[in-house]
Amino acid sequence: MQTDNLELKKLVYLYLMNYAKSQPDMAIMAVNTFVKDCEDPNPLIRALAVRTMGCIRVDKITEYLCEPLRKCLKDEDPYVRKTAAVCVAKLHDINAQLVEDQGFLDTLKDLISDSNPMVVANAVAALSEIAESHPSSNLLDLNPQSINKLLTALNECTEWGQIFILDCLANYMPKDDREAQRSFSAGGRAGINSFPSPHPGSICERVTPRLSHANSAVVLSAVKVLMKFMEMLSKDLDYYGTLLKKLAPPLVTLLSAEPELQYVALRNINLIVQKRPEILKHEMKVFFVKYNDPIYVKLEKLDIMIRLASQANIAQVLAELKEYATEVDVDFVRKAVRAIGRCAIKVEQSAERCVSTLLDLIQTKVNYVVQEAIVVIKDIFRKYPNKYESVIATLCENLDSLDEPEARAAMIWIVGEYAERIDNADELLESFLEGFHDESTQVQLQLLTAIVKLFLKKPTETQELVQQVLSLATQDSDNPDLRDRGYIYWRLLSTDPVAAKEVVLAEKPLISEETDLIEPTLLDELICYIGTLASVYHKPPSAFVEGSRGVVHKSLPPRTGSVESVESPDTAPSGGPAADQPSVIPTQGDLLGDLLNLDLGPPVSGPPMATSSVQMGAVDLLGGGLDTLLRSDVGGSPAMGGGGSSFTAAPSTTAPTNVGAPLGSGLGDLFDLTGGVGTLSGSYVAPKTVSGAAKLGVQGGTDSRAPPQQRRWGSTRGSVLGDTPGVWLPAMKAKGLEISGTFSRQVGSISMDLVLTNKALQVMSDFAIQFNRNSFGLAPAAPLQVHAPLAPNQSVEISLPLNTVGSVMKMDPLNNLQVAVKNNIDVFYFSTLYPLHILFVEDGKMERQMFLATWKDIPNENETQFQIKDYAVSSKLQGSNIFTIAKRNVEGQDMLYQSLKLTNGIWVLAELRIQPSNPSF
Amino acid sequence: MAASALFILDLKGKPLISRNYKGDVGLGEIENFMGVLLQREEEGTLTPVLTYGHVHFLWIKHANLYLVATTKKNGNASLVFSFLYKVVEVSWGVWGGLGVTLIRGGGVTEVFSEYFKELEEESIRDNFVIIYELLDELMDFGFPQTTDSKILQEYITQEGNKLDTGRSRVPTTVTNAVSWRSEGIRYKKNEVFIDVIESVNLLVSANGSVVLSEVVGTIKLKVFLSGMPELRLGLNDRVLFELTGRGKNKSVELEDVKFHQCVRLSRFDNDRTISFIPPDGDFELMSYRLHTQVKPLIWIESIIEKFSHSRVEIMVKAKGQFKKQSVANGVEIAIPVPSDADSPKFKTTVGSARYLPERNVVIWSIKSFPVSIPCAPQPREHPLSPPKPPRGVPPVPPQPGGGRGGPHEPLRGSQGGKEHLMRAHFGLPSVEKEEEEGRPPIAVRFEIPYFTVSGIQVRYMKIIEKSGYQALPWVRYITQSGDYQIRTS
Repeated sequence: MQTDNLELKKLVYLYLMNYAKSQPDMAIMAVNTFVKDCEDPNPLIRALAVRTMGCIRVDKITEYLCEPLRKCLKDEDPYVRKTAAVCVAKLHDINAQLVEDQGFLDTLKDLISDSNPMVVANAVAALSEIAESHPSSNLLDLNPQSINKLLTALNECTEWGQIFILDCLANYMPKDDREAQRSFSAGGRAGINSFPSPHPGSICERVTPRLSHANSAVVLSAVKVLMKFMEMLSKDLDYYGTLLKKLAPPLVTLLSAEPELQYVALRNINLIVQKRPEILKHEMKVFFVKYNDPIYVKLEKLDIMIRLASQANIAQVLAELKEYATEVDVDFVRKAVRAIGRCAIKVEQSAERCVSTLLDLIQTKVNYVVQEAIVVIKDIFRKYPNKYESVIATLCENLDSLDEPEARAAMIWIVGEYAERIDNADELLESFLEGFHDESTQVQLQLLTAIVKLFLKKPTETQELVQQVLSLATQDSDNPDLRDRGYIYWRLLSTDPVAAKEVVLAEKPLISEETDLIEPTLLDELICYIGTLASVYHKPPSAFVEGSRGVVHKSLPPRTGSVESVESPDTAPSGGPAADQPSVIPTQGDLLGDLLNLDLGPPVSGPPMATSSVQMGAVDLLGGGLDTLLRSDVGGSPAMGGGGSSFTAAPSTTAPTNVGAPLGSGLGDLFDLTGGVGTLSGSYVAPKTVSGAAKLGVQGGTDSRAPPQQRRWGSTRGSVLGDTPGVWLPAMKAKGLEISGTFSRQVGSISMDLVLTNKALQVMSDFAIQFNRNSFGLAPAAPLQVHAPLAPNQSVEISLPLNTVGSVMKMDPLNNLQVAVKNNIDVFYFSTLYPLHILFVEDGKMERQMFLATWKDIPNENETQFQIKDYAVSSKLQGSNIFTIAKRNVEGQDMLYQSLKLTNGIWVLAELRIQPSNPSF
Repeated sequence: MAASALFILDLKGKPLISRNYKGDVGLGEIENFMGVLLQREEEGTLTPVLTYGHVHFLWIKHANLYLVATTKKNGNASLVFSFLYKVVEVSWGVWGGLGVTLIRGGGVTEVFSEYFKELEEESIRDNFVIIYELLDELMDFGFPQTTDSKILQEYITQEGNKLDTGRSRVPTTVTNAVSWRSEGIRYKKNEVFIDVIESVNLLVSANGSVVLSEVVGTIKLKVFLSGMPELRLGLNDRVLFELTGRGKNKSVELEDVKFHQCVRLSRFDNDRTISFIPPDGDFELMSYRLHTQVKPLIWIESIIEKFSHSRVEIMVKAKGQFKKQSVANGVEIAIPVPSDADSPKFKTTVGSARYLPERNVVIWSIKSFPVSIPCAPQPREHPLSPPKPPRGVPPVPPQPGGGRGGPHEPLRGSQGGKEHLMRAHFGLPSVEKEEEEGRPPIAVRFEIPYFTVSGIQVRYMKIIEKSGYQALPWVRYITQSGDYQIRTS
């Protein structure tokens, strides 16, 4: 190994790299040489040594390599430094702990400020690589200063270095909009050659020149950065428009690259066109297919053509598609024919022309063209019913040539759907029936339905046929789907032909235009990964990670300047430790979920209407949930249960709570029933409930003075009712930010009490909060005010006033609230369930007469009954704005009548029957 | 981030050489590549990205070799493909350069590409040492590093270097901000040759309407300059003219401009100045694209009549639609004929026609178009009016590749707009083939020297070097066919 011949040395090193794993002992012998070579006067040798030793994946020797590596990271020659930077990533791959312990990560971070752009680029690449495999690390949480350095290096490093830097920038979340935007006044034009401008803003402006790079990969990475940061620019800004215009030409030029790069570009353009169709809307022509394009390029171009098709360009597009449909490549031709159908569905004005084009194509009698055309014509029928049925005759002529299941099924569907207009529909369908068992399931199912349709339309002539198909489907088939459908039809037809008609011949919903759009959250994520394999496959990046290592989910930043909701795609209700969030939460969720049927749309004007609409879904509302609530409310003591109280209800909702209740008073007070139920009131003052009352006095339940048992109760109750801080966002999910909180309602105002805790190692600042649209339009009434930056291990309590004037969207469960919290590090999403009682308004007390009248107006079918076993409830509910309107005694049972009103004006009326035998009252 | 390993395979999928950069994908995985490729090809769903299990293969095919990069992660695909093409380019450069040194003795020094054709399996085996060295420098741990072939050639050489000579040091260039040019280059005569080449892409539908027409221009430089010269290129760029208040006349709107990495992009973005320190020798400085509709330079009308079982009659009319002063050279019109056609007969008003059964086309070649009376050669354009070219003859810079139209060709004047005709007659067998044939378009090739479609002009080329030498820029313009297709019915 100790040779002076460089070439020989390289070969020896190469040999070492390849065989070190199988012969680790030999590798150890090489350590000395590495150490020596790392001090060689020739930088080429030093770099060679540091490069090679990182590739020797033998655990035993790695620790010997730390010292030489440390030296090389500080080498005077940039060639050695840049090689050493990569070596840190190699070493991290072998032994991450060692690298962290040795402080190499910090050294690597320092290299971002290196004077040599190549070193900067490699340091960024190495850091990105390490960060990718350790998503939790804050390695790439760059501050504006280092961003500025990267932007400067961007102008000077090699094309590959530019890609590393751009990809890294794409991960960066600017703190505020100013940074993403250009500052026109900053005078970007003034300094010509040297770029370090005093104002660090304008990342976009400084990335835009990269669009002129000859390397397609640089261009795509620049597009990625711009697409991401554009999200933060206000659409009204002139610069936004300028940027849009600047993006189109480079994207078009990518189509002149090598075919493989074209393919990658086209797959990404497909995403870009879905995200921002305006960029390429005038560039249809460049996606026209050329004869010598490889097939994969052709197919992608076709896809994009359809996406860009509009009334303005449809004529040209159709002419092209027709041309393609007469080519010879079967796959391409098929796709072209389908594309014509999709154009018809997408651009209504062109439908007629599309149909006539398809008819022309059918006339060619080319088998697969005809079949494809029939499949798409079926879709056109579904989009424009009763418009183009004149072509059916032509289609029927080609019946015999159809040999593909999809085309056969489509044709059968057409015949069945329009049976009344086809004279020999029965003959046609009968002809298919002959080989029923040889058909694919798709065709069988379709044939079954079509014949049933035919029968319902022309019952006299087709009785035999329908019997035949029903017996084929139900008796002779092994396919459960087919048999099920057969039986359903059979029973429908035999019991109630009118109903059958209504079911089978029901009007179908129109099909929608673009069925193959990528789901928006995935699209946003993929936009952050432009140029990568994920964007080529249109699959989430997590699909590319093997094993359990997580992937950082990226998403576009929330749009600024709009009140639009923050999409929080994958925030499951942030589950804290099990102790904090007992299983009651889901129960409550179910309970409220059923309220979904509430008509949340227009605020209901009168109580009668409201009640009736409320009643629909509340069946198991009380049964499932309220008893749980009550149980916990009364202290969870089994001794308290005994009798049962049955609840006859025009449904009520939830959460009797003690928030507004006089906390100091005993449970007796809380349960004090107004009026004539006084007899009962005494019976439930049991010692245990008193302790429960004492518990109620312990607000929040985490008070250390509370006895352990009560604490448990408290926390249980708290998480149900939402007045004990539950951890909403655990620190590990939010880069060290922990959020816990509760909701409360006090004298007419709702507030969200938050505790923000910084469990990270760095200071947090610039907090902001946003709610997604929710069922009751909850929204922050004031911005989130965190006055001082939050130092590590510090927490701050904030009470955020809420109002209910935000946008409304039905959530599932109903009281689900999705929240986005932003700080200087990132944006985090979580969702939480708020107790519904915070929405019960103070004027929810209905007049007696009104109540009576309303009660009577509730139709019977809207009433539901269920029992709440074991536990009690009472008028103490008033504390939560659930008002007792009346009570009476019927056959020895007490009846409570209650009303409450939600913030959105919906009234809920309830009757509560209490069995006197229940000691807990 | 990018590739985990790189493979060069022969046509059968046998690895000729491989370099495992990261070690997370086993070298054995490559054995699945060919199977997936063949399967997808059969299904008609072949794409440049293939997946087997957890391993993704990103591949290109060059000559008779597959270059395959593998990864298990969500790598940057565009980077990988750019890199693979760069490997081809670099290999070409370095092996080409190598070719000269190796073969010079034999007297074969002219054409690198000839050498490269042979540089397949065999050459890779013969040169594996240098290839490994190259692969080592090109990429480290999956990150592309130095890919400039000229710089690589400076420190990766074929001769076994003795270290003590101190020759094989890293050129500082590798890590310089100017990583593409070495210091200390010297020429006796300092010259720059500028080639402005515009390719016309045209797609005409069978009914004669222009579907797509675009011009892709490139400016190529051949630099023979000493030291570290600072160059500035001035074009009649419309945006620049507007910026400087020069008005729109005679300016050209460049739709999308791409530059070699030597050009300061931020400066261009600021004030449209194209300033750069050039690499030595040949390189492509920039490319641009225009969508301005131009009249198709050579217009083709065709009637192809196929009488099944008997014959095919072809009539093609070609018409020049460019300026009278210009001449199109080396015009070749390729007309598709059925693959089972036989016994060709041709009649042309000009040029000659020949049948190429292996490509199923008739090539109608016209040496210069339109044909007419000879006249004096046109002077090479020279916008900077430097000292007159010696002896009144335009200086002929050495041109790579040759073949391109230029002053070597005998030039003739023209009467633009004249039509020419070609008729062809083929017999067809009485038994028809079963499989259907595509309808390939008519393709046209041509070159028009001293002319640009866009009207782009090099207004100046300023060359500043601290030693203050005088350097001469030479400019040549040429328009050629790009993807020039006329669909047939």
